[in-house]
Amino acid sequence: MKILVCITHVPDTTSKIQFTADNTKFDSTGVQFIIGPYDDYALARAVELRDQTGGKLTVLNVGEAETEPTLRKALAIGADEAIRVNSFPKDSFFVAKQIAHYAKEGSYDLILMGRESIDFNGGMVHGMVGELLDMPSFSPVMKLDVDGTTVKMAREIEGGKEMLEASLPLIAGCQEPIAEWKIPNMRGIMSARTKPLNVVEAVSSETQAAATSYELPPAKGAVKLIDKDNVGELVKLLKNEAKVL
Amino acid sequence: MSILVYIEQSEGKIKKTGLEVVSFASALAAKTGEGDVVAVALGTISNDELAAVGSAGASKVLHCSDARLDAGVILAHASAIAQAFAKVGSKTLIMAKSSLGDAVAARLAVKLNAGLVSNVVELPNTDSGFKVKRSIFTGKAFAETELTTENKILAIKKNSVDLKTDGGSAAVESLEVTLSESDFNSKITATERATGEVLLPEADIVVSGGRGMKGPENWGMLEEMAKTLGAATGCSKPVSDIGWRPHHEHVGQTGVKVAPSLYIAIGISGAIQHLAGVNSSKCIVVINKDPEAPFFKAADYGIVGDAFEVVPKLTEALKAEL
Ligand SMILES: Cc1cc2nc3c(=O)[nH]c(=O)nc-3n(C[C@H](O)[C@H](O)[C@H](O)COP(=O)(O)OP(=O)(O)OC[C@H]3O[C@@H](n4cnc5c(N)ncnc54)[C@H](O)[C@@H]3O)c2cc1C
Ligand SMILES: Nc1ncnc2c1ncn2[C@@H]1O[C@H](COP(=O)(O)O)[C@@H](O)[C@H]1O
Repeated sequence: MKILVCITHVPDTTSKIQFTADNTKFDSTGVQFIIGPYDDYALARAVELRDQTGGKLTVLNVGEAETEPTLRKALAIGADEAIRVNSFPKDSFFVAKQIAHYAKEGSYDLILMGRESIDFNGGMVHGMVGELLDMPSFSPVMKLDVDGTTVKMAREIEGGKEMLEASLPLIAGCQEPIAEWKIPNMRGIMSARTKPLNVVEAVSSETQAAATSYELPPAKGAVKLIDKDNVGELVKLLKNEAKVL
Repeated sequence: MSILVYIEQSEGKIKKTGLEVVSFASALAAKTGEGDVVAVALGTISNDELAAVGSAGASKVLHCSDARLDAGVILAHASAIAQAFAKVGSKTLIMAKSSLGDAVAARLAVKLNAGLVSNVVELPNTDSGFKVKRSIFTGKAFAETELTTENKILAIKKNSVDLKTDGGSAAVESLEVTLSESDFNSKITATERATGEVLLPEADIVVSGGRGMKGPENWGMLEEMAKTLGAATGCSKPVSDIGWRPHHEHVGQTGVKVAPSLYIAIGISGAIQHLAGVNSSKCIVVINKDPEAPFFKAADYGIVGDAFEVVPKLTEALKAEL
């Protein structure tokens, strides 16, 4: 089976989010970058499936040169090859176009992505790629098994889940508990150095909804502490001050 | 020109977010003078339920009653909405950001050659161009986004709209769409869903517990408080990882993002990844025995104390007041 996993290169979940002085760019000073947590689930499941069925596992990122360590990490976790589409990811549509173009050439059986990126939280790229390739897309997928060409999935719905069956090829936006995050081991890290990481150029530059400026939410006021022996006071405040009861 | 609004249903009931997005569209129509608001609903729903959407400002509801659309079949929903969009001759589609909404919106964006902005938190600025403010970095920041396409899709973040309630009753019209075999290329073999409970993503009040609750046997206390408040229950990630609570109750960066009026966090430390799922709440109450717990920094009200002592007392006080 040929599997493609699309990964984002995003600030660590503990990062303080800041922008440059003119509020037009993310300020990456002191920020550590990781594979998007949902993409990490997709990758972990893809490694398991590749180990079960054989075949080849490719990871892809649309990003500039600074994302290469993140791609190397994906190789260390178990991907066989990496592709970087050399361009700043301007918006979801732009990214989807790049992925669709690459995926079409590669004719993959299964394309796994994260449910959503944790920078832009769009939850859109998988659906866009699906439509561009005329391939079914499912998200958020919390379980995925492949049996021949049949794919059995569980998809989260509000307040529960539904079990689904579909056929390869398809696209899934993944979330836990599809697999456990994998930590690269020494052998993985060593072999990642020599696995191929190919850089390809972007195929189009069309954007539809690019961000023009950023802002941070107003700072939160200080907490009002209520004595634990006076819980009635809290109820009054919730009712009369916060007006939420 | 009409603004088209896709309203989601669950088991025959229009979701609260359905009324939110219709309210958003009404406010947008009023702002731009852009004509009326037409809603579209899919699957088995009663006429009364549909007509009630008028209160939020829809003049008409197009209803495709094909029972195959009762479930959220992504391709079929996208195909039906695209046909409604063409029929109405609309240029703007408004919908809710949700797990189904995301999947459908993305496919529609390509089908309709429309720019799509998700997680929208305010009415667009149309003074020059079409600029939309959306929430990014899981609620930690906002981005102004410029839409440059003629057709536009906005997916609205929940609880960021004031509900309009003074509209009339909407006219319900049936919508005929052509769905092909390939729109149903997946088979739903089973559905598991908590029924009769308040669903977490939609809840107006959430009572949430963390590892400080010590074990699943102690959740009765939180359920009692939730019942008193008509609230949904939530939990931190380790709690669902260990299996104390079902996965769909897990709140945070990698779980459900909630935006209730009131979020009550009990025995949760307030790790940044948990906060990412709750930072859009209007009011946050934290109960934790450790005065240094980081959650207090994100809270509006706090009680430093042992949950096993505070929670029953607070529930009693709530019962007395409500
Ligand atoms: C990439 C990534 C994504 C993550 N995503 C999420 C996510 O989506 N959601 C999430 O929740 N976490 C997430 N986490 C985990 C997160 O970092 C924390 O580990 C987790 O939120 C801690 O859960 P907790 O507060 O329940 O447990 P703990 O950190 O163990 O805190 C328990 C709290 O209970 C208090 N306590 C103990 N006993 C009592 C008592 N008797 N009465 C009152 N208070 C008491 C303690 O003082 C403490 O503050 C993620 C982590 C990573 C790395
Ligand atoms: N720049 C990118 N490069 C590769 N994959 C991406 C990129 N951006 C988004 N994706 C994939 O698309 C998923 C959904 O992203 P989004 O629509 O931005 O929430 C992510 O979890 C990734 O799997």
